[in-house]
Amino acid sequence: MTNAYLPDGPTQLAIFRKMALLKTNDELTRKTITTGRLIMPFYSYRGQEAIPSALAVNLRDSDYLCTIYRGIHDMLAKGMPLKDLWAEIAGRTAGTCKGKGGPMHLTYPKKGIMVTTGIVGSSMPIANGLGWGAQLLGTDNVSVATFGDGASNIGAFHEALNLAAVWKLPVIFLCQNNRYSEHTAFDVVTPIPRISDRAAAYGIPGIHVDGNDPVAMYSAAAEAVARARAGEGPTLIEAMTFRFHGHSFGDPGTYIPKEELQAAIEADPYPRFRTKLIADGIASEAELAAIEKECEAEIEEAIAFALNSPYPGLEELSSDVYGAAA
Amino acid sequence: MSQEKPITILNGLNSALMDAMAEDDKILVLGEDVADPEGGGVLGVTSGLSTRYGDDRVRSTPIAEQAIMGAAIGASLIGFKPVAEIMLMNFTTVAMDMIVNHAAKLRYMSGGQTNVPIVIRCMTGAGISAGGQHSDFLEAWFAHTAGMKVVAPSTPEDAYGLLRSAIDDPDPVLVIENTPSYSAKGPAPASGHRVPIGKAAIRSEGNDVTIVAYSRTALEAVAALPAMNEAGISAEVIDLRSIQPWDEEAVIASVSKTGRCLIVHEAVTPFGAGAEIAAVVQERLFGKLKAPVKRLGAPFNPVPFSKPLEDAHIPKAAKITEAAVALVRG
Repeated sequence: MTNAYLPDGPTQLAIFRKMALLKTNDELTRKTITTGRLIMPFYSYRGQEAIPSALAVNLRDSDYLCTIYRGIHDMLAKGMPLKDLWAEIAGRTAGTCKGKGGPMHLTYPKKGIMVTTGIVGSSMPIANGLGWGAQLLGTDNVSVATFGDGASNIGAFHEALNLAAVWKLPVIFLCQNNRYSEHTAFDVVTPIPRISDRAAAYGIPGIHVDGNDPVAMYSAAAEAVARARAGEGPTLIEAMTFRFHGHSFGDPGTYIPKEELQAAIEADPYPRFRTKLIADGIASEAELAAIEKECEAEIEEAIAFALNSPYPGLEELSSDVYGAAA
Repeated sequence: MSQEKPITILNGLNSALMDAMAEDDKILVLGEDVADPEGGGVLGVTSGLSTRYGDDRVRSTPIAEQAIMGAAIGASLIGFKPVAEIMLMNFTTVAMDMIVNHAAKLRYMSGGQTNVPIVIRCMTGAGISAGGQHSDFLEAWFAHTAGMKVVAPSTPEDAYGLLRSAIDDPDPVLVIENTPSYSAKGPAPASGHRVPIGKAAIRSEGNDVTIVAYSRTALEAVAALPAMNEAGISAEVIDLRSIQPWDEEAVIASVSKTGRCLIVHEAVTPFGAGAEIAAVVQERLFGKLKAPVKRLGAPFNPVPFSKPLEDAHIPKAAKITEAAVALVRG
């Protein structure tokens, strides 16, 4: 990988700010469920915060994102407002989807968050269509599909990468390899060590990167985004990471060997990056602590807002099934 | 209506695409073999489009139905109106996730922030020796999916008018084309003609029995009229044209008059569209019916290859006559 794209100090701080927001949001989400204030399916992304944070600082609001059920980090990094998000995951009418989508189907086109799917692999074919649209419109917008390592084994992955390659679509296929497909370890279901090697089958670049290193992740994303904006076609990025919790909330993750989990937690990208920023003189301990405090306050405010918001009226049950015919 | 010479259903579909693409540059066509270098569609429905409108807007795709549907859905989210051809209706099975989980639901799940104005064209139908995986009528699956619309024209005029309406529509519309009747002829539609989705056509007025049909079976029901007349039966033939939504009022008005209802479709009978129509007719007209509502669909088996078996599978005119006569004579 070339190092043509390195984040400057302010960019690193912007990445940290997103990581702080994402990490705190994950913690407070689990706390809100644990304390019985909210019942919902939740797929923790704790441990994966660096990937969308380092990606998002390379994107514009007008760039498109198709993410998945474990994707709240992706959409927060892309700019989903906290109150809209929390009201949605609480099923309230102030939610971005009026409470009708929920945590697995958040949508926010104002920030390019076009589709969140609960179906493994399905972010990719739709991201192609958004990329095709951008190509036809002649904008240099890019389309990002995020997905997990498990999704690289489903047919949609192959169909989508093949089409994106033959049509030279401005799409970034971002695989967040957190080592577990639901409960099953990566190597049990994947015959090769690197998903990025699959890019060769489509004649497109495949980047293997430490997704827990925000600087390296920034470089990989910047390279792929630049290629897409220049009309040079899609890139597959495999960002290596680790999921600290079970597949879904309530899953104790007993299938993850203790030593493996312990090693991953010791290498937690969040405190590591925090220490680096201080060591590099990019920010002081006090500045970072202030950011964290701000994030926590914003999230607490969003939670309070959401839980005190009204549920949708029953007229919403059957609205938005069809639009009005022209 | 234009006074020009008759055209085929295939011509009607082709003209609808030609005219729509001329009027709106956001309309795209994609699918296997749809561009002119690949033949303009395996049977020529999309012939001439890529030559006239260019390779950007008319694209032949890999044989990859999920990729086709995903590309159509994604482009539709940002203002395009893709017409995706899934060559054969049976091939929708490999794109069901894209169609059912995504195209049909994104409007609802996004609380109306996004919508998916796509058209899915596919052909199907028994009678051309294509066997079990190229002939099925699967409309009930899609009609059972909230967010989908389903139409099935049986004349060139309706093929044109329904396809134009499907392209205009803000939601995903599945257009079912009947392979054996692509060459069926009829009056040419006026340019810009529209058939409203959800509006049936009365093909023949009658007093003894209402025959509700669509796609090929609407043609078969009309073909059965002389024999039914001969048997002394006056049948009212309703070509539903749209299956989801279906024209409940037209059917109810007709059955209110005749007191008898025979529903005919080429899909297998159990759990087919006829079951829904029959249920609604009896719910609304129970006291007025002179006979139980009757369904005539294909028998509950895959479409067979062997010619005599395949012929026996399709509810053709003779079977319709037989069923109508039995229903009226009791």
